[in-house]
Amino acid sequence: MSKLCKQAQAGTLESSDILIMLAPAEPGTGIAIELISPAINQYGEHIEKLIAAIIKDHGIQDVIIQANDKGALDCTIDARVKTAIARALA
Amino acid sequence: MEKEKLRRAMLFAPGNNPAVLQSAGIYGADSLIFDLEDAVAVTEKDSARQLVHNAIKYLKYPCEVGVRINHISTPWGYDDLACILAAKPDFIRLPKAETAEEIKEIDEIITKAEEKYGFPSGSIQMMGAVESPKGLRNTYDMAVASPRMMAVAIGGEDFVTSLKTSKTKGGKELFVARSMLVLAAREAGIQVIDSVFSDIKDDAGFMEECRMIKELGFDGKSCIYPKQIDMVYKVFTPSAKEIEKAQRVLQAYQEALAKKAGVISLNGKMIDAPMITRAERVLANAMAAGVYEKQSGNMSSPKK
Repeated sequence: MSKLCKQAQAGTLESSDILIMLAPAEPGTGIAIELISPAINQYGEHIEKLIAAIIKDHGIQDVIIQANDKGALDCTIDARVKTAIARALA
Repeated sequence: MEKEKLRRAMLFAPGNNPAVLQSAGIYGADSLIFDLEDAVAVTEKDSARQLVHNAIKYLKYPCEVGVRINHISTPWGYDDLACILAAKPDFIRLPKAETAEEIKEIDEIITKAEEKYGFPSGSIQMMGAVESPKGLRNTYDMAVASPRMMAVAIGGEDFVTSLKTSKTKGGKELFVARSMLVLAAREAGIQVIDSVFSDIKDDAGFMEECRMIKELGFDGKSCIYPKQIDMVYKVFTPSAKEIEKAQRVLQAYQEALAKKAGVISLNGKMIDAPMITRAERVLANAMAAGVYEKQSGNMSSPKK
C-alpha cells in the first residue's frame, strides 16, 4: 500500500491534455474522483475507471482526484496520472 | 541497388505536448524526433518522458520515431533512457555529443534494456548531435564508437554560440563544421543530418540552406515546422531529369560491359567510375523516395 505524501499535479489545460490533481485523503475515503470533461456524457465513466485503475495499480487506497479533461487520449491520461502519482509520492 | 533508409526530413516534436505528439505522424516526415531536451521546461522533464513513453508505446506512427534525450551529464539523462527505452524507440538522439565514451556508455545501457525487455539485439539505433568544437573534433571517433550509430547531426545554434558568433543567412560560420561532419560521417559510413532552420517565415532562405547542405553531402535536415518537410523533399528527392540522366549513364555502362569496351562514353563525354556510383545512388534514392521503380525502370508519380 502506498500513501501520498503531498498534493501534486501533472498535465495542462491545453487541447488533448488533461490536468490531474491528487491530494492525500483520510483512511476510508477511497478513490474520490471529480471529473470535468467536454465529453463527460460519452466518456466520463471510462475516464474515471481508467484513472481509478492506475491509482489502484500503484497501491493507493485513499486519494482525492480532480481531473480536468480537454479531450485527452487514454495514453495521455495514463501518463499524466502516473506523473502526478510519482510527484505525490516523492 | 539497395533501398536505403531515407532521412531527408527529421521532424522535431516537443515531448510534453499531447496534441503535437498525436498529430506528428501525419506530415509525412521520414523520421520523428520527440524532444525531451530544449523543448521541455526543467519542471516538466518527468511528465514529458512519461508522455513520450506512452506515445511511442500506444500510438501508431507511419515512420521511424526517435527521442532526443537530455544529455547523461544532466540530472535527467539516465532517467530519460530508463523510461524511454522500455517503449522501444527506433533511435536515441544524444544532444551535445562530445566523446566516444558517452556513445559507448549509452550503447551499453541500450544493450541492457534490449536484453531486459526482449527486444531484438541492435534494434535501437543512435545518433549524436555535435554542438561544440570538442564534439566536432571527436565526430569520427563517436561515429564508430557503436554499431548502433546510424547518423551524426550538427546542432547549429549551440555550435555557433560556442564559436562566439551567430547564424547568418549564408551559413559561412558553419561551413567548416558542416564539411568536417560530412567527412567524418562518410569515413564512418553513416548518415549526416543538418541543423534546424528556425525562421518560419523565410522559405527562400530555408530552400537555399537545403540546396547548400545537399551540395555539401548531407543526407537530410532536422525540421521544426511541418511545412519545412515538403521543401526538404523538393531539394533532396531526385528530379525526373536527374533520374533520366542516371538511367542513361547506367545503360551506357551496361552496354560497354557487354561489348567489353574499355572506355565508356555518353553523348561524347567519358563516363568514369564515380559517375556510375553517383548514378546508382540517384536511382537508389529515387527508389527509396518512391519516384522510381527498379523492376520496370519507370518513374512513378512522386508521393512528395
